[in-house]
Amino acid sequence: MRKALAVITFVLMAASVYAAFVYAPTEPKMGHIQRIFYIHMGTVWVATVAFILVFASSIMYLWKGTRKWDILAYCSAEIGVLFLTITILTGSIWAKPVWGTWWTWDPQLTTTFILWILYIVYLVLRMSAGSDTKKAKFAAVFGIIAFIDLPLVYASVRVMRGISPVVFGPGGGGIAPQMMHALLINLAACSLLFVLLLMERMDLERMGDELMALKTRGG
Amino acid sequence: MKKVWAIIRKDIITELRTKELFTSMLTFSLLVTVIFSFAFGFSTGLVRLAIPAMLWITFTFAGVLGLSRSFALEKEGNAVLGLLLTPTDRSLIYFGKMISNAVFVFIVGMIIVPMFVLFFNLDFLGTLLPLIPVIFLGSVGFVSVGTLFSAMAVNTRLREVLLPILLFPIIIPLIVSAVKLSGLVLEGKPLTEGASALQLLVAFDIIFIAACAVVFEYVIEES
Repeated sequence: MRKALAVITFVLMAASVYAAFVYAPTEPKMGHIQRIFYIHMGTVWVATVAFILVFASSIMYLWKGTRKWDILAYCSAEIGVLFLTITILTGSIWAKPVWGTWWTWDPQLTTTFILWILYIVYLVLRMSAGSDTKKAKFAAVFGIIAFIDLPLVYASVRVMRGISPVVFGPGGGGIAPQMMHALLINLAACSLLFVLLLMERMDLERMGDELMALKTRGG
Repeated sequence: MKKVWAIIRKDIITELRTKELFTSMLTFSLLVTVIFSFAFGFSTGLVRLAIPAMLWITFTFAGVLGLSRSFALEKEGNAVLGLLLTPTDRSLIYFGKMISNAVFVFIVGMIIVPMFVLFFNLDFLGTLLPLIPVIFLGSVGFVSVGTLFSAMAVNTRLREVLLPILLFPIIIPLIVSAVKLSGLVLEGKPLTEGASALQLLVAFDIIFIAACAVVFEYVIEES
């Protein structure tokens, strides 16, 4: 089952690379650099799902108190940070030729950046929290507070700039159907990769638990 | 309500006897202000533009200093156990601690502003009076999350070091709107001109007081 998923993910990833670089037409205004858009969207989509998962499983953990929710929240946060890092990097690479700068403090970018920091802090908190239950509880509390903070962060960045963000889409006007296909394949591939990574990472965490249990029993 | 008041009273009496929070927070604010003046090289034009930001940076840093003591004090001699043993709802402990923290931070804020007025030649009443609601809303929002995280941070290995790391990214919306509003005040404009910032500040306060009061019990249990 896991093997099959891995194989499908691999095939889809390969297909998404093909779709992004060969199948999709070249965007007339931005040129080839626009092809980075597909992986950019794919990773930001996964990061969003991952952080929603952190929020939901944090609530579940505080409610039920079972370790599996904590594992889900933790692993999801880790993978979310990884994917969001890729989003920010690809976004920067895309922005350089198109906007002429690696980085601007536009509301969307600023919010993404703060989102990224918030979940890095989440991981820092887990590292320093001490005992396992404490770690889980504190992380869950922070996971909830951080998520609630996001709409406020977005609103505040708009207040700060006083302007609406630049609309940043493929081609502005219509999107070619091949571009849409390439995007969908990328989204699917990234989603499957996320599920696969999450399953593997959670297994690893469970193994760590088992090992700890064996160690304490062995003395 | 009586129980909440008991906690507030306890904190205020402790502070009146030791005075350690106020001395450290105020000395710190004074030093930060002096460092800012040196760093900007006394060029008044530049400083004027930066005053709202400086005000809130000073406020935040001094506030974190005070907040980190809030639960460290309870942990010394395991006083927190006494709090937990009282037959009250945990959220009442949160409200007690939060309100006393808010009082301290607000007072410090109200001392920082005249200090800025003095050092940077601002209009005294024209600056101070309209800033009172901003400082008030800012203090409430700041301690709403701050109290929760302070209780959390004292129970981690990093202790006080962790508090600003947890708190600063969360309070970004608060700082942004407070700086915006303070900027308006310093330009002599009414607060109503920054309606969206004001709304955001109020929303931040309400949302986080409610959210933190609910989750507080999970943080305080461990000690």
